[in-house]
Amino acid sequence: MKFKNKIVHIILILFCLLFILPLLMIFSGSFENQSQLTENLEPVFKSVNSESKARWYVIPMYPTLKSYVEILFDSPEFFIMFWNSCKLVFPILLGQLIVNTPAAWGFARYDFKWKNTLFTLYIVLMLMPFQSTMVSNYIVLNYLKLLNTRSGIIFPAIFSTLSVFIMYRFFKGIPKTVIEAARMDGAGEFQIFVTIGIPMGAPGIASAMVLGFLEYWSMIEQPLAFLEDKTLWPLSLYTPDITPELTGVYLVSSVIILIPTLLIFLTGQKYLEKGIQASGLKE
Amino acid sequence: MKMLLKKSRKNQNYIYRNSKKESLTGWMFILPSLAGVSIFYLIPFADVVRRSVTEGMGVRFVGLRNYITVLENEAFLLASANTIKFMLLCIPLLLIFSLLFGVIIKSLNGKAGIYKTAFLVPLAVPVASIVLMWRFLFHENGFFSMLAVSILGNPIDFMNTDLAVYVLIISYLWKNTGYDMILWIAGLSGIPSSLYEAASVDGAGRFKQFFYITLPNLRGMLFIIFILSVINSFKVFREAYLIGGNYPHTSMYMLQHLFNNWFVALDIEKLCAGAVIISIATSALIIFFRNSIQGGK
Repeated sequence: MKFKNKIVHIILILFCLLFILPLLMIFSGSFENQSQLTENLEPVFKSVNSESKARWYVIPMYPTLKSYVEILFDSPEFFIMFWNSCKLVFPILLGQLIVNTPAAWGFARYDFKWKNTLFTLYIVLMLMPFQSTMVSNYIVLNYLKLLNTRSGIIFPAIFSTLSVFIMYRFFKGIPKTVIEAARMDGAGEFQIFVTIGIPMGAPGIASAMVLGFLEYWSMIEQPLAFLEDKTLWPLSLYTPDITPELTGVYLVSSVIILIPTLLIFLTGQKYLEKGIQASGLKE
Repeated sequence: MKMLLKKSRKNQNYIYRNSKKESLTGWMFILPSLAGVSIFYLIPFADVVRRSVTEGMGVRFVGLRNYITVLENEAFLLASANTIKFMLLCIPLLLIFSLLFGVIIKSLNGKAGIYKTAFLVPLAVPVASIVLMWRFLFHENGFFSMLAVSILGNPIDFMNTDLAVYVLIISYLWKNTGYDMILWIAGLSGIPSSLYEAASVDGAGRFKQFFYITLPNLRGMLFIIFILSVINSFKVFREAYLIGGNYPHTSMYMLQHLFNNWFVALDIEKLCAGAVIISIATSALIIFFRNSIQGGK
C-alpha cells in the first residue's frame, strides 16, 4: 500500500511539472543573456528545417537583468498597453460589483413573476460564445457611438451574466432564518442586503472577481473586434514582431503580463476553486 | 415541497403583509442589471434576428436567403468542420484526463493542495505570455520535432501542417484540466462514503466501485462539465490567433477567425445569419444537456 502511494505521488509530480514547466521556462528565459537566447532560439525563426535545433536552458547560462532594464526604460508602448489593460479590467470589475451583486441578491432571495424565465435567460446568455453576441454588440455599440472606445469594451463586459450566476449560488446558501431575524428587528430590505447579504456572500463576490480578473486580463476577442485604434489595445493583444534578437525583451514582457494574474491566482486560489465549483452547480 | 413553501410563506406574511412588496423589491434589485442586459444583449440580438432575414440595410425581407448563403459559404463550412472536429477530439480527452486526476487527487484526502495549484496555474497564464514557448515546442526545429527525430527518424512541423490542430488541443488540455478537475472533485465529494463502505463490505474491488458507484453518481456532473468544456473550447481562438494571426493554417481556421474576417469586411448579412446559427446550435446543446440531467435523475 505504501509503495503504491509513492508511485501515485511520483506520477502526479511528473504531470504537475509538465503543467508548470512552460511557466518556469519563461521565468528562467527572461534572465538569460540575449546573445545566448539568440543562439538558442534562432532555429525556430527559420521557415525551413535547419541543421541546428532550438535549445532552452532550464537554468540560464549567463544570468542577467539586462532585458528587464531594457523593457523598463526603453519600451514606452509596452507600458501604455499595461495601463490600457488596467483601464479596462478595473472599471469592468467595479461595474460588475455595483450592478451584478444586487442582481444576484434579487434572484437569490426574492420571488417574483417571470423570475425563473429571466434567470434561465441569464444562464443561456452566460453560455453563449462570443461569436453569437459579436454582431449584436457591434450594432448597439455603433448606435451608441461607442465603437473604438474603452467604454465600448467595458459596458458589455459589465453586464455579462456569469458573475450574477456565481454570486447567486453563494447568496442562495445564506440561511433564511438570519434574514428573517433581521426583518423582525425592523431592518429594511436594502439594509439587509448591505449588512447581511454582502458580508455573508463575500466569498462568492470574491470568487466572481477572481474569475473575472483572469478572464478580462487575457481577453482578446472583444478588443480585437471593437478597438480599431491600436493605442487603446490592452496587453493581451501584445504580439510584437518577435525576432531572435528581441526574444529577451519578449520574455520579460511575458513575465510582466503574467505577474498580476499569478498574484491574483495565488492569493485567491481558494476563491477561484469555489467560483469554479459554483459555475458547475446545477440549476 | 409545496407544503413547506406554503408554510414559509405563511411565516413570512405576518412580517411581510403581501407578496406584492416582495416582488417589487426583487425587481428593484435586478433592474440595473436587467436594463444593461437588455440594452447590450437582448434588444440588439432581436435586431440581429430581424436583420438575418432582411437585406443588408435591414429593410427588404429576403426570407432564408442569408442563411443559405452562409451555409453554402466554403469558409463557413471549413471553419465549422474544424471547430466541430476540434471539439470532438479535445472534449472527450479533457473529460477523461481531468476525471483521472480528479479521482487520484480526491483519493489523497486533502493532502493535495500543491498538486491542485499546479494543475490550475495554466488558467492564470495569459496567452500572450506563451506564444514564444509554443513556438519553441512545436516548430519544425523545436522540441517536439526533435523528439520525433529521435523516435521516428524525421522532424515534424506542427505549426504549418494539418497537425496544427494538435497544437490547439494540447493548449486546451493544458489550460482546462485544472478547471474540470475542480468540478469533478466537487462531484466526487458529493457521493456519500457509505456507498463505498457498503460496497467494500460486499467485497467489491476498487475498479468495480469506480464503475458501479463513482461513474453513475457523476452522471449529473458530467453534463455540466461537458457544457462548460464546450464553452471554454470556443476560447481556444485566443491561442490560434496569437500563434497564427488572422489567417492561420487551414486546419486551425476556427469560426472566430471567420467572424472576424466577415467583421472586417462589414458583411452584416452573413454575420447576422451566422450569429443566429451559432446561437441555435449552442441552445440546442444546452437543451440537450438540461434534458439529459433530468432524464438521468
